[in-house]
Amino acid sequence: MINPLSLSVNGVPYTAAIEPHRTLLSVLREEFGITGPKEGCDDSECGACMVLIDGEPTNACCYLALQAEDREITTIEGISDSPVGSRIQARMLEDGGIQCGFCTPGIVVMATALLSSNPNPNEEEIRNALAGNLCRCTGYQKIVAAVSKAAGDLE
Amino acid sequence: MKPAPFAYHVPNTIDEALAILGNDPDGSRLLAGGQSLVPMLNLRLANFDNLIDINHISGLDHIRIESDSLVIGALTRQYDVAHNDDVRNRLPVLSNALAHIAHTAISNRGTIVGSLCHADPAAELPAVLTAVGGELVVQSAAGTRTIRANDFFNSSFTTAINPNEVATEVRFDLAGGTSGWSFEEVARRHGDFALVGVVIQMTLEKNAISDVRIVVFGVAATPQRITDAEKRLIGQTLNDATLDQAVADVAAALSPPDDIHATAQYRRHVAGVLVRRGLLRALEDANSSA
Ligand SMILES: Cc1cc2nc3c(=O)[nH]c(=O)nc-3n(C[C@H](O)[C@H](O)[C@H](O)COP(=O)(O)OP(=O)(O)OC[C@H]3O[C@@H](n4cnc5c(N)ncnc54)[C@H](O)[C@@H]3O)c2cc1C
Ligand code: FES
Ligand code: FES
Repeated sequence: MINPLSLSVNGVPYTAAIEPHRTLLSVLREEFGITGPKEGCDDSECGACMVLIDGEPTNACCYLALQAEDREITTIEGISDSPVGSRIQARMLEDGGIQCGFCTPGIVVMATALLSSNPNPNEEEIRNALAGNLCRCTGYQKIVAAVSKAAGDLE
Repeated sequence: MKPAPFAYHVPNTIDEALAILGNDPDGSRLLAGGQSLVPMLNLRLANFDNLIDINHISGLDHIRIESDSLVIGALTRQYDVAHNDDVRNRLPVLSNALAHIAHTAISNRGTIVGSLCHADPAAELPAVLTAVGGELVVQSAAGTRTIRANDFFNSSFTTAINPNEVATEVRFDLAGGTSGWSFEEVARRHGDFALVGVVIQMTLEKNAISDVRIVVFGVAATPQRITDAEKRLIGQTLNDATLDQAVADVAAALSPPDDIHATAQYRRHVAGVLVRRGLLRALEDANSSA
């Protein structure tokens, strides 16, 4: 069975004809060529696939593409144009919050959602918000510091 | 791995959903937050012909206080319940339990009712419902019925809901009088499922325990009430002797699993430690509510 799908990704309308069992992550990457969201685990454990759905952080690997009908999706590609997102990206680079970079799109998406709702989070709030984003490289200290400094820069 | 194919249905009303479900109850599954079901699909642990997405049904997203119940709709997200002031004031054990469950991107989608219907033996919410008491309201084409918490969890991942039924809301009992609660959990990391957890709900009369429910989870197929300890504590106060007896009753009642996460012996020991701590905390909470 093939179903029609129409949605908006980073402000651009997209349509596709897809099977119901396709996840939003697989459609973003394989049908639309939007490869910022990564597949780390495919069971909502790691956060590498995180996107905003109508502004809410969601793991795209555990959200069926058809559930996204008529919704507004924001991926890392869209976030990097926003003042908050681009500041977090800059801080992640400057402060060593990135090593291999696989977790980074999800982390920047989550951190952007955090700073958009809470512009001045303390360390515990940052760690709580990022608890669903696994990083195998950095040890998290520098990521937390980068988000905290980005919040300071934006004040 | 990728999920096996199925047909996708998006009903806008509960009647529409029940009609689709009624056509093929055994070959259909409901999709709420998808935070248990979609991982299972991706791992090919779930297989069905029809997926019924209930997220577009109106009238299922609410948090209400009704006389002596806290009522939560089937589509109300865990995140919204965790951040709701009525819940924090009237059923703080639920807010507290939610702080132990997963992370923002998961609780943004996952529902309270979905977690109860999923009935994972290591999940927090089935234990909370068992301890505080309450019921699920379920609907089929034939009508509506309620299932009390004690009759709801049949086995791991198995509840008393029939395949042709949809749960529309959960109603948690709100305790009156001088009552207190506690929630204790040991997990590998914050946000993980419990290795062992304990939920206690206690009522006092004239400084003695008049009612208590002690629920241990992560140790059996369903949340387990320690009824021997509960009965023995009625009319008592907490002291070294009554606490030691309760811990002994816990050890006698449990035969927890040995698995890669923890040994049975470890789980039994931790359950006793958490019950002792939990009883004292529930008492303290009850006294401060008096
Ligand atoms: C990484 C990760 C960590 C997690 N950690 C925890 C944790 O520590 N503790 C914990 O308790 N949970 C945890 N969860 C599970 C999470 O809480 C799920 O959201 C929850 O168990 C299921 O709710 P859902 O709304 O997503 O249900 P879904 O996944 O949509 O559905 C689950 C099951 O319930 C059925 N169902 C759903 N709604 C209804 C209904 N209204 N009527 C009848 N049947 C229904 C579905 O058909 C399905 O079989 C975790 C999940 C992930 C991905
Ligand atoms: S790939 Fe989605 S959470 Fe890991
Ligand atoms: S930088 Fe490699 S996983 Fe985070």
